Amino acid sequence: MSYPWANEYKPSHPAMVWLDERLPLPRLIYGAVGGGYEVPRNLNYFWNFGFLAGLCLMIQIVTGVVLAMHYAPNTLVAFDSTEHIMRDVNWGWLMRYAHANGASAFFVVVYIHIFRGFYFGSYKAPREMIWLLGVVIFLLMMATAFMGYVLPWGQMSFWGAQVITGLFGAIPLVGEPIQHWLLGGFAPDNAALNRFFSLHFLLPFVILGVVILHIWALHIPGSSNPTGVEVKSESDTVPFHPYYTAKDGWTVGLFMVIYSTVVFFAPNMLGHPDNYIPANPMSTPALIVPEWYFWPFYAILRAFTFDFFFIPAKLMGVLAMFAAILIWFLLPWLDRSPVRSANYRPLYRKFFYALVVAMVVLFWCGGAHAEEPYIMLSQLATLYYFAHFLIIVPIVSSIERPDPLPYSITESVLGPPTALESAAKA
Amino acid sequence: MIRILSLLVGAFFTVVLGYSFVRGAYTAATEPAALTAEKVFYKKPEPLHLPSDGMFGKFDRQQLQRGFQVYQEVCAACHSLKHVAFRDLAALGYNEAEIKAIAGKATVSAKDPLTGEVKDRPGTAADKFPPVVYAGLGVPPDLSLITKARPNGAAYVHSLLIGYQAQPAELLKQFPDAKTGDGLHYNPYFKNLNLAMAPPLTGEGQVTYSDGTKATVDQMSTDVTAFLVWTAEPTLEHRRQTGFWWIGFLIFATVLGYMSYRNIWAEKKGH
Ligand code: HEM
Repeated sequence: MSYPWANEYKPSHPAMVWLDERLPLPRLIYGAVGGGYEVPRNLNYFWNFGFLAGLCLMIQIVTGVVLAMHYAPNTLVAFDSTEHIMRDVNWGWLMRYAHANGASAFFVVVYIHIFRGFYFGSYKAPREMIWLLGVVIFLLMMATAFMGYVLPWGQMSFWGAQVITGLFGAIPLVGEPIQHWLLGGFAPDNAALNRFFSLHFLLPFVILGVVILHIWALHIPGSSNPTGVEVKSESDTVPFHPYYTAKDGWTVGLFMVIYSTVVFFAPNMLGHPDNYIPANPMSTPALIVPEWYFWPFYAILRAFTFDFFFIPAKLMGVLAMFAAILIWFLLPWLDRSPVRSANYRPLYRKFFYALVVAMVVLFWCGGAHAEEPYIMLSQLATLYYFAHFLIIVPIVSSIERPDPLPYSITESVLGPPTALESAAKA
Repeated sequence: MIRILSLLVGAFFTVVLGYSFVRGAYTAATEPAALTAEKVFYKKPEPLHLPSDGMFGKFDRQQLQRGFQVYQEVCAACHSLKHVAFRDLAALGYNEAEIKAIAGKATVSAKDPLTGEVKDRPGTAADKFPPVVYAGLGVPPDLSLITKARPNGAAYVHSLLIGYQAQPAELLKQFPDAKTGDGLHYNPYFKNLNLAMAPPLTGEGQVTYSDGTKATVDQMSTDVTAFLVWTAEPTLEHRRQTGFWWIGFLIFATVLGYMSYRNIWAEKKGH
């Protein structure tokens, strides 16, 4: 949305005037991320992570397109073509490490972005659509990352594909046919590798499309802010450019420093050594784990260890794993509190931190062997996870007494007006 | 409606998980997990320090050449090195003639460009190390990536090579069924304690280093490990050098970016 006080795009150069009359693309950009887009003045650094997520998507697309020029999606040569990229392609090692660690960086950024939403209630009206599209993006990201990890055709690629597609096998009756249909065979092989490559190339552009919708939806109500109080007057906002271009800009630098340190000095830190062993259907690794960013959901999957009457444990695990993300879609309707920001919700805030702890526990257990105490810990954390969203949030939001909100964004930054200022206004 | 359904689903998950937790806890308390020989006797690799370690690490060319010699004279009998090309050896400090000579000693099976026939011929600098035919027990893995394909790979390779020993009497007393099988060799650094590879480095002076370094078992093992760190990633030094320049530039740009950010926001209090 543009507030009435937003700057209007006024091209001065005749060429830009000419262009504006025929294709007002610069006008669009000016209104979307330029001087014509008014943004709350009090955003904290958690609001930088959307921009950083966009940067990650760009890094992934650019490095990925270059990798695809040298990679060969055939089970006989996929592993070797990856090593060919590492050794013989000019700067190939950089493209590969930047892409593999770029996926990790992307998930770090997006997890923070999502938890920003949980804390500041960004999913609440009128921003539900931004949130819903965000969850769609997250699901697409997970699918993309999973298929990308299969491409080097190492041991974890192969066995990961086997285990994850095997999850569909847990669905009664139609499960196995679905698994075979997904793989194009009874086990991961050339057919699976080829389609995973095709889809892994396609999905980032689908994500890009949904990101555009996400930002479009964002521009209808405009960004929320740490107080959760809506914009009331001109003094509450600043133009995106130069204020937030400068703020996002320098954090891009900071992000790049951290990300590059991993890429150049510890590029295998987040990977699994087994994936440097070529895929071997005859030899099962001691521990099959997905990439770290799937660990919480993997822990949820493995937390279900006992059949419950007629429901097999594996099926419940699979349902719970998908449900763990799908319930995010309901969040705008589960949380009834009109107050957005947890800064003013003392009770909800405590439960938010408990959710963070549960998530950390799930991360930790998901990467470990399926043995005690990890199973018990993931059961407790999973229990809290579901109770948090499905039981605690709805109840807390109706019984809680929020703290008083500031009158306006400006007041939260500058403090209440002095008597003199109020008098002057009146 | 949504909230009631959610509450029911939430209650269901809570009950199932609570039940699973209690049963799991009960099992864990009443039936402690059985110990196995691997759990008790497996040893993590001993720390190993190589010149290529750390941010500022550099390969020691002399050491890589010694390690290459150990690979050729000892390991190459069973293990291939298929991702490495002879031309790559230039990075170890060999000149063109030396590389040609090394490659020429290998036999490569390739298509004859004139007749199209697949024939054996002497290797050239452009060839990769050829496959190794092995007829014994087990499957010797290709070594090109071995130091990246195991946790803490360099230390692991080094420890494994010097870690062979007689199976401890204590182990047999505790786990009589875990006796090392025929054709296998006891080594506590190997995941399941018994591997098909016989101790490859058996005694001092097994190879004769041309640079006069004393070829103790530990020295040979360290050298060949250093070489295998290089084969796993010949671009390692280039990567770190590039990293310093690039991150240096980024820090500079970030500082400038931060200063302009402060400058732009100067009159907006609260930031
Ligand atoms: C490729 C991934 C994504 C990109 C590029 C992206 C981009 C952005 C950008 C640029 C913003 C505005 C700046 C900001 O508030 O940080 C934003 C806001 C938002 N995003 Fe995302 N996003 C992504 C994924 C997600 C996901 C996975 C979710 C939730 C599941 C999500 C939920 C939100 C919400 C609720 C807002 C509004 C925040 C507010 O105004 O308080 N986004 N996103």
